[in-house]
Amino acid sequence: MTDSKYFTTTKKGEIFELKAELNSDKKEKKKEAVKKVIASMTVGKDVSALFPDVVNCMQTDNLELKKLVYLYLMNYAKSQPDMAIMAVNTFVKDCEDPNPLIRALAVRTMGCIRVDKITEYLCEPLRKCLKDEDPYVRKTAAVCVAKLHDINAQLVEDQGFLDTLKDLISDSNPMVVANAVAALSEIAESHPNSNLLDLNPQTINKLLTALNECTEWGQIFILDCLANYTPRDDRESQSICERVTPRLSHANSAVVLSAVKVLMKFMEMLPKDLDYYGTLLKKLAPPLVTLLSAEPELQYVALRNINLIVQRRPEILKHEMKVFFVKYNDPIYVKLEKLDIMIRLASQANIAQVLAELKEYATEVDVDFVRKAVRAIGRCAIKVEQSAERCVSTLLDLIQTKVNYVVQEAIVVIKDIFRKYPNKYESVIATLCENLDSLDEPEARAAMIWIVGEYAERIDNADELLESFLEGFHDESTQVQLQLLTAIVKLFLKKPTETQELVQQVLSLATQDSDNPDLRDRGYIYWRLLSTDPVAAKEVVLAEKPLISEETDLIEPTLLEELICHIGTLASVYHKPPSAFVEGSRGVQHKRLPGSAGSGDSVDSPDTASAAGVSEAPPAVIPSQGDLLGDLLNLDLTPPTATGPPPAPSSGLQMGAMDLLGGGLDSLMGDESEPLGGDLGGSPALGAGFGAPPAAMPASFNAPVSGGLDDLFDLGGGVGMPMGSYSPPKTVWLPAMKAKGLEISGTFARRAGVIQMEMTLTNKAMSVMTDFAIQFNRNSFGLAPAGPLQILTPLSPNQSIEAALPLSTVGPVMKMEPLTNLQVAVKNNIDVFYFSCQYPISMLFVEDGKMERQVFLATWKDIPNDNESQFQIKDCHLNSDAASNKLQGSNVFTIAKRTVEGQDMLYQSMKLTNGIWVLAELRVQTGNPNYTVSLKCRAPEVSQCVFQSYEAMLKN
Amino acid sequence: MIHSLFLINHSGDIFLEKHWKSVISRSVCDYFFEAKEKAVEPENVPPVLQTPHHYLISIYRGKLFFLSVIQTEVPPLFVIEFLHRVADTIQDYFGECSEGVIKDNVVTVYELLEEMLDNGFPLATESNVLKEMIRPPTILRSVVNTLTGGSNVGDTLPTGQLSNVPWRRAGVKYTNNEAYFDVIEEIDAILDKSGTTVFAEIQGVIEACVRLTGMPDLTLSFMNPRLLDDVSFHPCVRFKRWEAERVLSFIPPDGNFTLMNYHVSSQNLVAIPVYVKQSISFFETGPCGRLDITIGPKQTMGKTVENMMVTIHMPKAVLSANLTATQGNYTYDIATKVLVWDIGKLNPQKLPNLRGSLSIQAGTPKPEENPSLNIDLKIQQVAISGLKVSRLDMYGEKYKPFKGVKYLTKAGKFQVRT
Repeated sequence: MTDSKYFTTTKKGEIFELKAELNSDKKEKKKEAVKKVIASMTVGKDVSALFPDVVNCMQTDNLELKKLVYLYLMNYAKSQPDMAIMAVNTFVKDCEDPNPLIRALAVRTMGCIRVDKITEYLCEPLRKCLKDEDPYVRKTAAVCVAKLHDINAQLVEDQGFLDTLKDLISDSNPMVVANAVAALSEIAESHPNSNLLDLNPQTINKLLTALNECTEWGQIFILDCLANYTPRDDRESQSICERVTPRLSHANSAVVLSAVKVLMKFMEMLPKDLDYYGTLLKKLAPPLVTLLSAEPELQYVALRNINLIVQRRPEILKHEMKVFFVKYNDPIYVKLEKLDIMIRLASQANIAQVLAELKEYATEVDVDFVRKAVRAIGRCAIKVEQSAERCVSTLLDLIQTKVNYVVQEAIVVIKDIFRKYPNKYESVIATLCENLDSLDEPEARAAMIWIVGEYAERIDNADELLESFLEGFHDESTQVQLQLLTAIVKLFLKKPTETQELVQQVLSLATQDSDNPDLRDRGYIYWRLLSTDPVAAKEVVLAEKPLISEETDLIEPTLLEELICHIGTLASVYHKPPSAFVEGSRGVQHKRLPGSAGSGDSVDSPDTASAAGVSEAPPAVIPSQGDLLGDLLNLDLTPPTATGPPPAPSSGLQMGAMDLLGGGLDSLMGDESEPLGGDLGGSPALGAGFGAPPAAMPASFNAPVSGGLDDLFDLGGGVGMPMGSYSPPKTVWLPAMKAKGLEISGTFARRAGVIQMEMTLTNKAMSVMTDFAIQFNRNSFGLAPAGPLQILTPLSPNQSIEAALPLSTVGPVMKMEPLTNLQVAVKNNIDVFYFSCQYPISMLFVEDGKMERQVFLATWKDIPNDNESQFQIKDCHLNSDAASNKLQGSNVFTIAKRTVEGQDMLYQSMKLTNGIWVLAELRVQTGNPNYTVSLKCRAPEVSQCVFQSYEAMLKN
Repeated sequence: MIHSLFLINHSGDIFLEKHWKSVISRSVCDYFFEAKEKAVEPENVPPVLQTPHHYLISIYRGKLFFLSVIQTEVPPLFVIEFLHRVADTIQDYFGECSEGVIKDNVVTVYELLEEMLDNGFPLATESNVLKEMIRPPTILRSVVNTLTGGSNVGDTLPTGQLSNVPWRRAGVKYTNNEAYFDVIEEIDAILDKSGTTVFAEIQGVIEACVRLTGMPDLTLSFMNPRLLDDVSFHPCVRFKRWEAERVLSFIPPDGNFTLMNYHVSSQNLVAIPVYVKQSISFFETGPCGRLDITIGPKQTMGKTVENMMVTIHMPKAVLSANLTATQGNYTYDIATKVLVWDIGKLNPQKLPNLRGSLSIQAGTPKPEENPSLNIDLKIQQVAISGLKVSRLDMYGEKYKPFKGVKYLTKAGKFQVRT
């Protein structure tokens, strides 16, 4: 007799029949009937009509029957909330039962009944069960809190269950601890800022103790929770690592991977020269390898994570290449991942092995896999220079097979190899051209066209080849069209006499007959370039291309750091930050690796926010000088009227602006430009960059702060301080060589609340210099001249003049790299000169930067630990009071001082001109010249600069 | 955590669903079916799928898909491990994990699932604990139950649940006390055309069958523990003792369990027990090809190689095979294109050989891919890594148990490329 008999009565009167059986007097018959009901339910049949009859069976001594009824209730209570109330009494009674199994069962089931009315009755029994003498009941109750929170979060908070749950972390039974952690973690996920899991060394210690004794699942919860902790120092970090390492030998792969996460994160804090660091690295490899001998599904997740780990710490698995070799009966998803990791681990030492394997794979059956294997060969060539030759010959062998998709992939990667090693392997072009006709995929066609265009001078019939593509121009994909356009223009520039007709044809196809704006724009640019100045066109289109590198497929470092913190999670499988895809993650906190100075964007940083706002403009195609130029063009060089009457030669200044435009553009077209033609992807921004006439963007200097930014900036000013702030010595900013004889050296100082740019201008040329004017590019903190540059007398040869320029902080803002970089343009009667300099961030510390003690305390706690960065200042021989005084001079205010075991802790605050507060803890030990500064700020990217200023201020 | 579970058979019917939180409509599985369609082979369905509101994590075991639905960030390995545990438990209870057996025991399976997970958190996954709560069906028990009206659900708290040794129940009694250990090693290897080892490693496992009265404390020591640098243990093994003395010290679970897994990596030299001489070629002209395979013993540690079997996945174009085997039988399945040569015992004096011609569908081009050979074999009484157990000691109980250790070497994923 098996359960399949429960399915046999599928006649019309089934429900009716069951109803009768459920109300039978015979226990056995009742039980059988309930089993039939459950069986129907498991396959998705609707048996909710039997609700009252099933609930009637609930009051029984037979545990099996009770469990079955509970199973039914959980499924259907939601659809029959009023009926479900009938069950409440039995639940409450069962919660008092002497048998702990029944108490636990009752509280567990009650939590699963997602009906508001029932949850009200649940609170009292739950409170009792959370304090039950039996740990089995307590651990079940802990989970029940999470269930209840999911149904009614407010109720859980009001009833104080969260606090009880937190107390359970200190429970004597490890299973209870594990479940409490699991429940809290789940609740915390929906309340990212609730600070539910307040981790401190004491709780960490408790968790580590429980870790050794609880079940495998509990270990996963605890390890995942540990991973959120940031140890205070490397010693604590090491001791946690030591206690976590045994988990690497666990049979459950999820435990292993969670342990790997904790170790990878805490390892960041260990000094690299420590013996233990090396030991730990060695210990990490074997468990990772073992994961690969598990079931394919586990392997897949493991491989996705290993992919991250090898990017972060390639040394761990560098000798384990062979375990990633593909077996022919691996599932395709495992094969593709293994291949990816093989390339990441490829190096000169093992490249021969890898290539032999890849060639083997390229003859497999699975098309996707074969394609990826061929690409992999190309990536190896780019990554390991010594192997390039062998890779190319392998690819040629593969092309000889004439298997269509192999040939196409090979051509795509050979194009990349050409870009990495120009003028080295062009001998293969002939072979490639033979396969021209078989190419039917856009990417391969585009690659081939690029090759033909790029090497047109070596291909005798290049014009014929390209012409053959041109016939079906409008049926091609955009990628191919753009490439064809560029290739033909290249061809024309190389062989102008024979191809004039061809270029005419393609230009008119691209500009007149196409609806695609990218294509049209590119067509027009070429057209104008060719018609106005063919020499310039040649310089632009045939310019030297930057070499490509293998770094292109690496995950961006900040994302990688975040993903390392999420090893073992869905985020690590998708290689996306959790915030990008987890539904219902209301403001997930970005996790950062400890110890490394984070330069990432935190959402609440006003600095970044404003920078992002400004940089919405299309990214400039032209780097460095062009950037500066573009921005300067927008600004009128006329001094602001607000600061008094303008000095005499204002019309001259206008002229200067025009000069600047002309000269700048010349240089841009001449030598500094990026190759337009070589850009394979085609950049739509190009059109905008060129097309917009500079005059069309008159940004008035008088209202420089764009809308929306105003509130972010605090006007500097404030009360003047008698003490002078730290000012670095003058350095040469603009050497005479670069500026037709004008030398500028200078520094920044903050005097009486005003930031000053102090410069010495020296004329080393033979002629008199006049008509000085200055302008800044947009910068991180909106620094701008508050008045004109006051150099009223002409500067004769060999004469020097001192000039102090007051600065305001209300200029336009753009985030610079480094943050305190300032790009300056100085003009005189001879020319316009550009230079950039860096100002100490202490210039921006305002006089009212002293925080209230209470506020300081709250703010310190409020800023997430991830934003804290720690620095060492070496060889500083001040005592704490002297240091405090010195810093006060630069508007770093000491708010409190505490002495613990001969160590002075100074708590300091400072405020930047744009309202960003920086909090600092300075630790000074008597007799020890090394200070430790911990900086906390909502915009952690300033920390590095602040630290540099600290060092400068203290050592000055 | 784990929200719901769907069991899906080979042809795509959902035949069991279990929800641990709110009920999720089974239409969520449509995304999975889509992926299944795309993957063609059931083995190739990606284990983690993203849908607009849920994540689907699945495993494929015994021609069944175990598909779990999750809604929040959960470690996927945790889910996959758990799903395998579900399959293991079903196997353990009913002897196999198949659609038929699950349908026959649907209520017990449902009760088990409820017991294994609470609100998505694992509750009891140890087979010992589960068996005390829900007794596995036996013929005797169902007879007794029908007579007495008893049930197969335990009504007391399982003793192991919260003790320091959750894997062992208290009050175990046997008249014959015995402890057997099987050291089983599988060779995973890839050999290339010329017979050179491209990659080889050994996956070892020690399976134990311990039926001992009371609370015995066992210590198992090895002659050469240094071989083992990469190990994972059953939770009962005391890790500290292993770190310090390289012995396995543990209070065993009752019955069958896996004591440890180990892995001897490719850095150490792995002995390859057989060599394979093969040539499979297809002619450019004419619809045929040739096949010639000879197998001989290599490093067998003086033991006989048994259960030799060679499996070849032929290219699609191969219609039939006309071969002669000097030993054993061969079969060629035209539908799946799998050639199986069952050799049996390997005789070092007379090496088995399989040769003959393959016929290819007329008009198709010469197959591009080279079929790989999959080798199966067994060697009794030897662990190919050389691992040996030196002694087993028992503390904590007075009686003398029967003790025994068996060794076995098998081929794991053993492939020869052509």
